[in-house]
Amino acid sequence: MLDLLIMLVIFIIAFAIGYLLISLIPSLLHTPLMSMTNAISAVTIIGALMIFAHKTDFLEGALGGLAVVCAMFNLVGGFVITHRMVNLFKKSTTPSEPAADISKE
Amino acid sequence: MPDLITFLIDIVILIILIFGIRLFRTPQGARYGNLTAALSIILAVAVTLQRNGLAQPKFFVLAVIIGSLFGWWIAIRTDMIQIPAMVAFQHGAGGVAVSLVSFIELMRTVGSPVSPIGELSGIIGLVLGAATFAGSMLAAGKLSNRLRPAPSIFRYHNLYLTVLLVIIILLAALTFRIDKLSLTIGLLWFIVLLSLMLGLLFAMRIGGADMPVLISFLNATAGLAAAFCGIIIQNRLLIACGATVAASGSILTHVMCKAMNRRLVNVFIGIKKGDKIISEPSEGTLSTVKDKSSGYIPVNNKSPSESALEALISSRNMVIIPGYGMALAHAQFKVVELMVLLEKMGKIVKFAIHPVAGRMPGHMNVLLAEADVPYDKLFEMDDINLELPETDLVLIIGACDVVNPAATETEGTPISGMPILNAHLAKQVIVCNLDEKPGYSGVENTLYKDPKVIMLLGDASKTLQDLNSELFSKHKT
Repeated sequence: MLDLLIMLVIFIIAFAIGYLLISLIPSLLHTPLMSMTNAISAVTIIGALMIFAHKTDFLEGALGGLAVVCAMFNLVGGFVITHRMVNLFKKSTTPSEPAADISKE
Repeated sequence: MPDLITFLIDIVILIILIFGIRLFRTPQGARYGNLTAALSIILAVAVTLQRNGLAQPKFFVLAVIIGSLFGWWIAIRTDMIQIPAMVAFQHGAGGVAVSLVSFIELMRTVGSPVSPIGELSGIIGLVLGAATFAGSMLAAGKLSNRLRPAPSIFRYHNLYLTVLLVIIILLAALTFRIDKLSLTIGLLWFIVLLSLMLGLLFAMRIGGADMPVLISFLNATAGLAAAFCGIIIQNRLLIACGATVAASGSILTHVMCKAMNRRLVNVFIGIKKGDKIISEPSEGTLSTVKDKSSGYIPVNNKSPSESALEALISSRNMVIIPGYGMALAHAQFKVVELMVLLEKMGKIVKFAIHPVAGRMPGHMNVLLAEADVPYDKLFEMDDINLELPETDLVLIIGACDVVNPAATETEGTPISGMPILNAHLAKQVIVCNLDEKPGYSGVENTLYKDPKVIMLLGDASKTLQDLNSELFSKHKT
């Protein structure tokens, strides 16, 4: 029961911290943000890993293997595509541009 | 004592993850933020491996390699305009993983004493994961235009959804009572099947302009499913990461709903505001909106393109409002050419980005960044709206609903109350859209009838090409 309580507390704290952090992120970066959090959700690979900590029978092995493939697809694909995206964002090269008068920088 | 150490290690990993997300506050930081988050996940996998070991390393590593290569291969090939479909597809893959892990864990707990909450979490993970998968695949199909993007609604849609949900809950309750393995497996398969149907039914009636809400919501459910999966396998890292993703998805869903002035429930139930009024054009408030008279009246017998050219040359500060139509016409590179040309002529050019421009939150920013628009020229709606009344010229490219003044001026349309970019307040406006037809909302754009608006209809890419070359020759002489 204590374990359960701890898990609940972890969930609430993580949700709260996540909520606070993410509300500060500008909408400029919302697509890469979603793509990255999408990759983070593939942390289910940990679950798949724990399945293979024990000997598996055929059904478990097949399903577990598929879970690993899907989770890794999500994980690697998510981070790689986010990496591609965030590298696209560049600042003006010429500082003399009139755009320099932006108050919100 | 080792318990405390593992706990502290977990905390450190989570702090690294939080730090990574924090870096996303600026575009330069985001590069490191992504790598930092990736590092934290790698660490999480490493410590789990170290704590639990592997019974069949070869098989596991093979699966890891296949998944990674496939993910990497798809990720480097995806076009930026296809990002929303790609993200939806990946949500789906994540959903499958969660569902399968929960499935196996539920299978293993048969007959062994396990807390009811653990089992319940497993079932929630199973259902959410499978539903996320089905919904995401449908969303990916719609976003990539392989499926009809419009919403499809059955006659008794809500009834079907409710019945499905009730059956799933009853079956789940039944699994608690059964201790026979084969029977449980059968039941679980059946629950998976119904969950897939649930996901499909849920996602199919969301379409068109509401897709950004759906994709954000699926982001949240994917995270939530992972967190529940974490509860059944009793893994703190999985719970915390899942909860963070769920929080992120919830925020983005909320932002999207706010940007369209839609209530989440209405998006999901498929209710459009003012549906009835729209179908009755005799309604007084809408008679002006529905008036089909052509917009631009040529001044001094000039063609629209000549007037547009003149407006471009005489204006000093301009704002470009891009919409998804620009991306569909692949006109963003032409837009950038125009921007560079205008800046060479000493003009100030800014971009105004509506929150729902594109097919997912922030999509337009990525498309413009890809076309080499510096991000300090991209302005959010609230900031740029203050400047638009003082703007000499607004250039609208492939955007309709997000600049439709009907949203603020007319009651009872699907877009009424939706915050818009106030292009109509600028001194002059050029519209480069394919046609005069309404956008996704189906509401006629009253802006097109404003005498200060110059309409350049046709393929935006070609329109801009012509405009650029003429401007270039004028600039040279």
